[in-house]
Amino acid sequence: MNVHEFQAKQLFAQFGVPVPRGKEITSPEAGASWAAELNTPVFVVKAQIHAGGRGKAGGVKITKDKAAVPGLVKELIGKTLITHQTGPKGREVRRLLVEEGAGIAKELYVSLLVDRDSGWPVFIASTEGGMEIEEVAAHTPEKIIREAIDPAVGFQGYNGRNVAFALGLPAMEPAVVTPFIQMLGNLYRLFMDKNAAMVEINPLVITSDKKLIALDGKVSFDANGLFRHPDVQQMRDLNEEDPLEIEAGKSELNYVKLDGNIGCMVNGAGLAMATMDVIKLAGSEPANFLDVGGGATKETVAAGFRILLKDPNVKGIFINIFGGIVRCERIAHGVIEAAKEVKITVPLVVRLQGTNADEGRKLLAESGLKLEVANDLWEAAQKIVKLTGKAA
Amino acid sequence: MSILVNKNTRVVVQGITGKEGSFHATQCKAYGTQVVAGVTPGKAGQEVEGIPVFNTVRDAVKKSQCDTSLIFVPPPFCADAILEAADAGVKLIICITEGIPVNDMVKVKRALRGKDVRLIGPNCPGVITVDEAKIGIMPGFIHKKGIVGVVSRSGTLTYEAVHQLSTLGLGETTCVGIGGDPVNGTGFVDVLALFEKDPETQAIVMIGEIGGDAEEKAAEFIKKNVTKPVVSFIAGITAPPGRRMGHAGAIISGGKGTAAEKMKTLEAAGVRVVKNPAEIGNAVKQALGR
Repeated sequence: MNVHEFQAKQLFAQFGVPVPRGKEITSPEAGASWAAELNTPVFVVKAQIHAGGRGKAGGVKITKDKAAVPGLVKELIGKTLITHQTGPKGREVRRLLVEEGAGIAKELYVSLLVDRDSGWPVFIASTEGGMEIEEVAAHTPEKIIREAIDPAVGFQGYNGRNVAFALGLPAMEPAVVTPFIQMLGNLYRLFMDKNAAMVEINPLVITSDKKLIALDGKVSFDANGLFRHPDVQQMRDLNEEDPLEIEAGKSELNYVKLDGNIGCMVNGAGLAMATMDVIKLAGSEPANFLDVGGGATKETVAAGFRILLKDPNVKGIFINIFGGIVRCERIAHGVIEAAKEVKITVPLVVRLQGTNADEGRKLLAESGLKLEVANDLWEAAQKIVKLTGKAA
Repeated sequence: MSILVNKNTRVVVQGITGKEGSFHATQCKAYGTQVVAGVTPGKAGQEVEGIPVFNTVRDAVKKSQCDTSLIFVPPPFCADAILEAADAGVKLIICITEGIPVNDMVKVKRALRGKDVRLIGPNCPGVITVDEAKIGIMPGFIHKKGIVGVVSRSGTLTYEAVHQLSTLGLGETTCVGIGGDPVNGTGFVDVLALFEKDPETQAIVMIGEIGGDAEEKAAEFIKKNVTKPVVSFIAGITAPPGRRMGHAGAIISGGKGTAAEKMKTLEAAGVRVVKNPAEIGNAVKQALGR
């Protein structure tokens, strides 16, 4: 789960990571009163959307004039920002962060995530702050510093010193070395205590008055850890998510919307991905990823149909079930019942394999429903593509 | 021969009185697995289908000489359950549970380091040695005793591959689900090494997916150490970057972990990579010259 920058900064502040004074603003009036209270030489007004590249898209405004703040708020609220991460439709700005500006002497990069191979949390740091870290890693890998933290003992002073010296901080600005090491320890605490998946500060700034400050902040959370953190759950912004994905989540279905036009419904995540791949191989594109889980029932199948049919791009549906513990005749009953409840207006191919597959296929064939039945994965994929036409 | 588990493996099921635990303990027993004990704290003295229940894994080990644990404990308590099994002296821990917080697994993995214990999973279908022991949630009947070792990050996609191998008459030796989480116990490399040493296994099927670099590590290992033919399918060539595809570990992040990259690396290591998951069985047949 992702959160907004202003929420990430609230968490930073809570854990002792220095951030500019700022506040979430949703109206020009609130902007005016906060600007008066903030009383700083430079005001920064930042659009809050769950996507990077806001600055280049015109989502960040800077002014020295307190009176200009409400106007900037008015300009940005309701505006649609198109960045390299939003897709061509862009994202509507509904909230802003208004904060004090900082005099920048040097920009750094710091992030923390779990290295999947070792299973240890790893800090990534660089002197190339303000840039896309993937770009830095690709072009100047020597400027990427990695420091793994032993989860048995947690962050130690030496971890911080390793990073600080490797960055050349003492030569850059000796006054920030100790605060920097403390800050890394605080970030580690935030990461572990809140079940974060990633914490990133880009840029981390050394100010002209020799202070360290997180000028930007990004935190994402491990969905599996959210049950421990009601405070983090409350930070979820449904406006930033796809409505169909929200609806699928309510039915405990794992759904990701894509751009193709063959809707698919599959049991198991790996098989669901493989089904998408085989649709492409057959000459079309999948409209979605949908895993109905190991225990697919009539209700989950019906919920799946409803979601697939709400996507206007869907021109055909492919159901691919490998019956294991779930028996295929049950799935067949589920499809028949669900098809009665939900009016299916597009071609449908059902592939059943595994436990009681023959029985399931017979039930479907005799149901009177307009659908095609298949045994084999490749045969089924070719059928649905034939029925819906190849992708342009 | 086979790997990891066989007819002598003695299994304790942690979380045996839960819905999933009792159902699958019964299924495993019916397959012929020696399910000798169950654990649910506070329920000692009960039985599940004739399997005695204990309060702690320590008690279960003492009374039943179990050496392998199968875990169905819910995610919030699962790290605790894995560590309990390890502390009680169980040598193989197979964790089915999906949804364990990553940071819990970070601590578990660290705690198991250097100990004489192997963890399979979490978020996996388990391990089956055909006609000997089924320790997991896979449907037993699709398997057929044979010559192919299967290792996979996925569940139902593995069943798909197994079904093809069985239908073609090749059959399987042992099938190992290593799980779909970003931080897990045993990886591809460990299982590949075991299959390479196993005289019954003549070919290996490795099923990967987007996210992480486990397949790249496997490719490096195969190139240097595996003499048996390896057939691989990588799921997620159509998956968009930055989105989690069902499994917690199935995500392309920062341009890393794409299916295309994994396929390329595996091919360069001499692995037969199939683009069509319906072709896994046939590719093995060809690799074996049958």
